[in-house]
This record gives sequence, structure tokens and C-alpha cells, in this order.
Amino acid sequence: MGASQTRSEHKHQHLADETGFSLEQVKNLHKRFQQLSGNEETISRELLDSVPALANNPIRKQIIEAFFDKRNQHHDEVGTCEEIGFEQFLMVMSHFRPPTLKTTVEEKEAMRREKLRFLFNMHDTDNDGTITLAEYRKVVEELLSKSGDIGQEAAKAIADAAMLEVASTNVPHMAPEDFYEGITFEHFEQILKGLEMETRMHIRFLDVGTTTMACGKSTS
Amino acid sequence: MCEPRAARRSAAGPPLTGFVCVLLLVCVSVASASLDTAEDPHHPTNSTGLKKAFPVLALNYDYVRKPFEIALWILLALLMKLGFHIIPRVSNVVPESCLLIGVGLLVGGIIRAIREEAPVLNTELFFLYLLPPIILDAGYFLPIRAFTENMGTILVFAVVGTLWNAFFIGGMIFGVCQIEGAQLAGVDLLSCLLFGTIVSAVDPVAVLAVFEEIHINELLYILVFGESLLNDAVTVVLYHLFEEFSHAGTVTVADAFLGIACFFVVSLGGIMVGAIYGLLGAFTSRFTSHTRVIEPLFVFLYSYMAYLSAEVFHLSGIMSLIACGVTMRPYVEANVSHKSYTTIKYFMKMWSSVSETLIFIFLGVSTVAGPHAWNWTFVILTVVLCLVSRVLGVIGLTYIINKFRIVKLTKKDQFIMAYGGLRGAIAFSLGFLLTDDNEMKSMFLTAIITVIFFTVIVQGMTIRPLVELLAVKRKNESKGSINEEIHTQFLDHLLTGIEDVCGHYGHHHWKDKLNRFNKTYVKRWLIAGERSTEPQLISFYNKMEMKQAMMLVESGSAARPPTHASSVSMQNIQPRESARGRAIPSISKSREQEIRKVLRGHLQNTRQRLRSYSRHDLLVDPFEDHVSEVRFRKQRVEMERRMSHYLTVPANRQETPAVRKVCFEPEHRVYTYDDGESPRGRAAQPRPGPADGVSLVSESPPGLGARGPDQEQEVQEEKEEQEEQDQLKLSRCLSDPGPNHNKEEEE
Repeated sequence: MGASQTRSEHKHQHLADETGFSLEQVKNLHKRFQQLSGNEETISRELLDSVPALANNPIRKQIIEAFFDKRNQHHDEVGTCEEIGFEQFLMVMSHFRPPTLKTTVEEKEAMRREKLRFLFNMHDTDNDGTITLAEYRKVVEELLSKSGDIGQEAAKAIADAAMLEVASTNVPHMAPEDFYEGITFEHFEQILKGLEMETRMHIRFLDVGTTTMACGKSTS
Repeated sequence: MCEPRAARRSAAGPPLTGFVCVLLLVCVSVASASLDTAEDPHHPTNSTGLKKAFPVLALNYDYVRKPFEIALWILLALLMKLGFHIIPRVSNVVPESCLLIGVGLLVGGIIRAIREEAPVLNTELFFLYLLPPIILDAGYFLPIRAFTENMGTILVFAVVGTLWNAFFIGGMIFGVCQIEGAQLAGVDLLSCLLFGTIVSAVDPVAVLAVFEEIHINELLYILVFGESLLNDAVTVVLYHLFEEFSHAGTVTVADAFLGIACFFVVSLGGIMVGAIYGLLGAFTSRFTSHTRVIEPLFVFLYSYMAYLSAEVFHLSGIMSLIACGVTMRPYVEANVSHKSYTTIKYFMKMWSSVSETLIFIFLGVSTVAGPHAWNWTFVILTVVLCLVSRVLGVIGLTYIINKFRIVKLTKKDQFIMAYGGLRGAIAFSLGFLLTDDNEMKSMFLTAIITVIFFTVIVQGMTIRPLVELLAVKRKNESKGSINEEIHTQFLDHLLTGIEDVCGHYGHHHWKDKLNRFNKTYVKRWLIAGERSTEPQLISFYNKMEMKQAMMLVESGSAARPPTHASSVSMQNIQPRESARGRAIPSISKSREQEIRKVLRGHLQNTRQRLRSYSRHDLLVDPFEDHVSEVRFRKQRVEMERRMSHYLTVPANRQETPAVRKVCFEPEHRVYTYDDGESPRGRAAQPRPGPADGVSLVSESPPGLGARGPDQEQEVQEEKEEQEEQDQLKLSRCLSDPGPNHNKEEEE
């Protein structure tokens, strides 16, 4: 018992250094992981799907996919996994860390790019490096998926308008025959410059364990 | 008064402006300083029997005196404001509030010189008439997202910060007064604390006036401004507490507890009153679809009632007003027409601007007029203590708050927050409110005025260069971007989802719950018609399209709108479909010229005439022999494509009426050509299918539209032609609803 504890401590420490979390936060997240996976080593899509709070989320599928996307693991791999372990779980979570007082300007820039990259990966489902009109339409459709018919019809128009905006901002002069292939990562960065991702895209990671939510595993 | 005419002419030269201003000042001062020249009485007494000649021209100033003076004052204030902005050099250095105080001082001086009594900024005038418009304007347009995200920080600063300020200043002054000597020994602790309370509160009017001009980033703005709004509750409670007890003489522990309880009652009660009135206002606006003209009045009246009702119970009127505006806004905006929305916005801005101007001028006048008792020690002490306590308070509180904030406050932020803690007219009015048996009143008033002048003038003037020096982040003026909106929503859902996976109830979780509650229950009651189920993204999108359409109309006659420097249009992003062959005979160039000339002639006629033209009428004149139905379809397509530069509103008639869209009358179209559009050897570019159609015009059912080979024309349109056409089309459309195809009334 003691030996495994120090081993996991080492592992946690190693993970903490790698991802930038603190040791307490890693332990906390590990507890949550155990809760989700039922003390197994890995979790699968179905498990995440069954978290009850996610049921009302219109982009639930994309969120769950993001966990299993190898591109978010920073190992230069592509494709998807079927199951993920704690390390991968933590890696995905690390995209949501906030900047601290000590983060320098360059680090903030890097953080911003990393977060934007995460978002980009969520949209670019076929991994061709661009978000095509079809993919963008899918995004907007999902966002409006809880709003019934009204949502679906307007989704196309909104996606078109958005795409038009990206194209106009980034490639202002196109001849009528030119075709705007899709939103590249640079264009994506450009269009979302005003949102200041590093200060918006984060959640609070607790140092103390207060996992108050059930994870929906049926205890039969 | 012939001044307005002179003022307009004087735009040419500052010296003339100056002369006019001085002249106006003198006139105003003379007029308002109670004139009671001998006028003819209203009812000539004929009782003497001596028949007077019938007065052809009589003078009766008393009859109109009050409204005349009020109007004159307001006119003076606004002309002053106008004058400042004409002289650019001054307005860049000195904030407007300082200039206005200066003007007030001048006017006060003139009135004093004439040995008349000047109107003073008495409490009733200030709190009941001048303050509400400013607060309503601020509350209605409060950036909710930033406010709620920083609510904890704001509350801590407002409550704890103000308490600290009040006690520190009060205590220190008492201490120094005891040491000083006989001169100030009469000041007891409670009076000092009362004074401390009055002078410690950050003033929203002054903060708004100064921060508006420096365009600081949203976070800092909301922190300082939010604090100035929410500290009203603390100020009210402390003020009443100390005033009550400065008569009684002592304060017990029980009283302290009562004070704390009172604080909660005052703040929460105020918010509740405001929320109730806000919901009432939202509910009322649900039924105003037939009487659009009075819609703005509801907003103003409900808000004012909220303020007055809160004041009746000594609750915090400011918080009530803010709560009312915040609660009412999303529902009212969904219900009212676009024109009412514009009216509400502009009237609020107008009233708050007038109020602010008047407040500063009156402050200046009251300074000259008021009873003063200058005491060097006291005054200097007050000013220094205010600064010191503010700095200490901010530093101390930030240290504590940063432990709980995710995005920490840097030293620069802290400096701006400390420096931006301005005092203003609220402090003055509260001081004025002090009962006269408080013998220190004059001394207090003098000190308060000095502090106000110091903060507004010195700090107000230097904050702009300091902001530039420290390179504080400025507000990024982003126009509404549909991408940003999409991603803001996306982020909201994403972060909520991640929080759920992580397993704790965080900020996003509760926000999401509130939104869902809002959508399912509240919106259904408070928003009329199908708009109640419209998701936020769609309303945002519709609003943006509407805005762009308006912009297009307005700028149609002026130069080309600069934002549309891009030549990207829908076709550039739509996926290609298979090319179709071209089958229409092209029209000859000379024929085109002729048609164009004729059309130009028609276009220059009054719109009335054009409005009555239908597609078929136009056909009669020059087109009869050469043009076919297919040709017209082609022109329509070309025009639609041009319009698609600007707008992408789909015009499926079959769409549910819930989606609000700009209505364009299909029949009243004018077709124009220009040189660049002559059918050269273009490859027939496929048009996106009707399902993706980005035509502005409500398309006729697909039966008509086997829309042949579509010539997507060259980009080189003549600008004026297009704009002329666009403008005509749109302005026609937007001013004359014509046969209303849409179920919703479109304004």
C-alpha cells in the first residue's frame, strides 16, 4: 500500500511538472478520474457520455471527442483513441489552465495559441488543417441543436455569414473565381484575436477535493 | 435671445465663440438671479376708473419665470458643451467635467458680483432629478458578462473598501483634531465618522465622466464603475446610522448589529424593488406591439418608479435602478421595435448627458455661493487622507482578492483603480443634506468641495497621460462579429461541459442553469410571440444584419462604406457545383448603354414614381423587344449577388416567420447596368442552389426559378450605381412596407 502510494506520488509529481498543474490539483483530478472510470485504468466514450450534467449540453459530442483526439496530446499524433488513461485525461484538462501572475507575455502568447489550437481541433474534424464550410456549418448546427427547427434553418445562414466574415477579414480581395478553401489556423487566430483566449478559456481547478457531482454510473 | 444663431456662425472662430459664451453667461446670470422688475400685472386693474391705453405689447416675465430659467440653464449647459468640442486643443487635455466646473464657477462668480442669490445644487434637485438619468443609463447599458464575472471583486471593493475608507478617514481626522487644538476640538467622533462616510464613497458620475474619455479596458472600467454603483448601499446605511447617532451621541454594539442588518435590507431590498419593476416593465412591453410609439416611455417610467419607490423606504435607489435596468433589458429589447430601441438608447444618452453637464455646472455655482469655512488643516488633511486611504485600501484588498481570483489584478490595474477613485456630486449633496444644527457643516462642506475639486480636476486631468504612460490596456473597439459571438457561446458550453466532467459546480455551471431557467420559464412569459424561443445566436445575427442594412442605407449617398473593402462574396466560399452552359443571348453593348441612360433618368425622379413601377412597367419603356424573362432573372441574380457583398440574409419565404428578416419587395425593383457588367466572355459560374440562396429578395417559389445560367458578373461595379440602387432599394423598403408579405410588421 505504501509502496504504491509513493509510486503514484512520483507519477503525479511527474505529471504535475509536465502539465503545469499543482500536485494537489493532479491528485484531485485523479480522484475524479477514478470516480468516472470506476477505479479502472481507462475511460471510454460511453462513460463520459453518461455524465448526467452533460446531457443538456448541445456540444456534448464534440467535447467528448476532444478527449479522445490524439492531436490534443501534443505528441504529434493524429487520429483518435478508443479509451484514454489518466495521463491523456490530464493533458486535455491542462488546456484549461488559467495564466498566473508570473506568466510572461511570451508564455501568455503560447498559452493562447495552445487554447486556440484546441478549439481548432474541435472544429476541424477531418484533420485537413482547415475548417471547411461544411464543418463550420456542423459547428453552428450543433450549437443550435437544442433550439428545434428555427435553429436548423438559421444555422446555415449564420455559418455562411461567419465564413464570409473570416474570408473578408483575412483575404480581402478575391476574384470571383477564387474559392476560399477553409479557415486555416492563422485565419482562425486572426478572427478570434479580440476574445483574448488566455483569460477566457479556463476553469477553476480546485486544490481541495470537492467532487460534488455524481458521474452517472449506474450502480446495479 | 439671438444667441443660437450667433453660436452657429461662430463655429468658424474660437474668439467669436468665446465672446458669445461670455455674453450668454451674463444674460443667464442676470436672468436667473431673481429678477423682479416691475412688469405689468397680468390683470390690469381698472378699478381706478382711469382708462389705460390697451397694451399692444406687454411684458410679463413672472409668468414664465421658472420654466424659462430652467430652460435657459439647460441651454447654457449644452452650449458650453458644444463650445468645448469645437475647440479641440482644450478638450484633449482637460476633461469635460473640469471645464464645466470652471464654467459653473464663472457663472457663480458673475451672479455673486451682481449680489443676487444663485441657484444651489440642493439635495432634492440632485437626488430626484439629476442623478436618476445617469444611473439608469449606466445600468441599462451595463456590460453584464464582465459585471457578473467580477462580481465578487466588485462587492469586496464596494463594501469592505468603502467601510475601510469611512472609518480610516473619520478616525484619523478625529485623532488629528484632538491633537490639534482648541480650534477643532469641537468635532466629536461621530461627526468625524459621518464626514468620513460622506467623503469616502467613489462617485459614479465623476467616474463615468472621466473614464468615458480615456477608453480604458473593460475589466478596469467595470471594477471601478461597479464599485461606485454598489457602494451606494454602504453609504446610505452608514450615513443614516451616523446621522441618527450623532444626535444621540453614542453608539452601542447592538446598534452596530442593527447597522449590519440594515445594510442587508437596504441593498437586497433595493435590488428586489428594482427587479420587480424590471419584470413589470418587461411584461408590459410584451403587449405594446400595437402602440409602438409609447414603448420607450414604459422603460423610463418603470425605472424612475423603481428609483422613487426604493427611496421611499430609504433603500438604495441606485441599486434599485440598476437592478431594474439589468432585469428589463433583455426582454424589452426582444419585444420593442427597432425604432423604439434606438429611441430608448438615444433618449437615455441625451438625458444622462444633460444631467451630467448640469451637475458639474451647478457644482461650480454652488462652490461660489455656498457657506464656507476654510480651515487649512482640516482641508489638507482630508485631501491627503482620502488619497492615502484609497491607495492602502486598494492594495490591501487586492492582495486578499488575488488569492481568489483566477485572473489576477496586476500592479498597473491596482494603480488605475486607486487613482480612479473619484469623488463627486453625491458627496456634495450628502454634505448639503446635513442638518444645519451641525455646526461643523460649513467646514465639512468646504472640505468636501475641495476633495471633489482635487479628484475631478487634478486626477481627472492627469489620468489620461498616466494611462498612456503606463501603457494600460485600452478598450478594443470591436464591432459585432458573428464569429466572436459563435465562439463566445461555444466557449460557454465547452467550459460548462469541462466543469461537469471535472465534477465541481463552478461559475459556468450556475450560469448555464440560470440560462436554461430563463429560457424555459421566464422568456415565455415576458417576450411576445415567437421571439421567446429564439436562441441568442440567432437574435444576435438578425440584429447584425439589420444594423448592416441600416448602415448601407445611411451611407448609400456618401462614400463607400470603408468596412467593405473586401471583394469577397458568397460565391467565393460556396462549394462549386457543376458548371452549366450558357444559353442566353447577350445584349449588345450599345443597347445596354441606352437602357442605362434611360434607367438613370428614371432613377433621378422621385421615389414615388419608382415605387409604383413594377417589373412589367419597366419592360414597357426600353426593353420590350430585346429583353426576355430570362434576362430579367439574370439581372436579378446579378443584383442579388452585389447585395450579397453586404448581407447574407436568406430570403426563403418558406421560412418560419419567427426569423426576423429585412423585407424587400420583389416587385419594386429597378434594374441597372453598368459598363463593367456587359456580358463578356465569362464562364458561366454556377449559382449556389436555392437552398443556400443568398438572395436578399424574397424569392418567388422555386417554380419560377430554373434560374438558367447565371452570369456572375465582374467585380468592377461602378460604385455609385450600385449604391444608388442599393440605397433606393433599401430606403424604399425600409420606409415603405408596401404589401406586407411577412407576417411580422417590419419597421
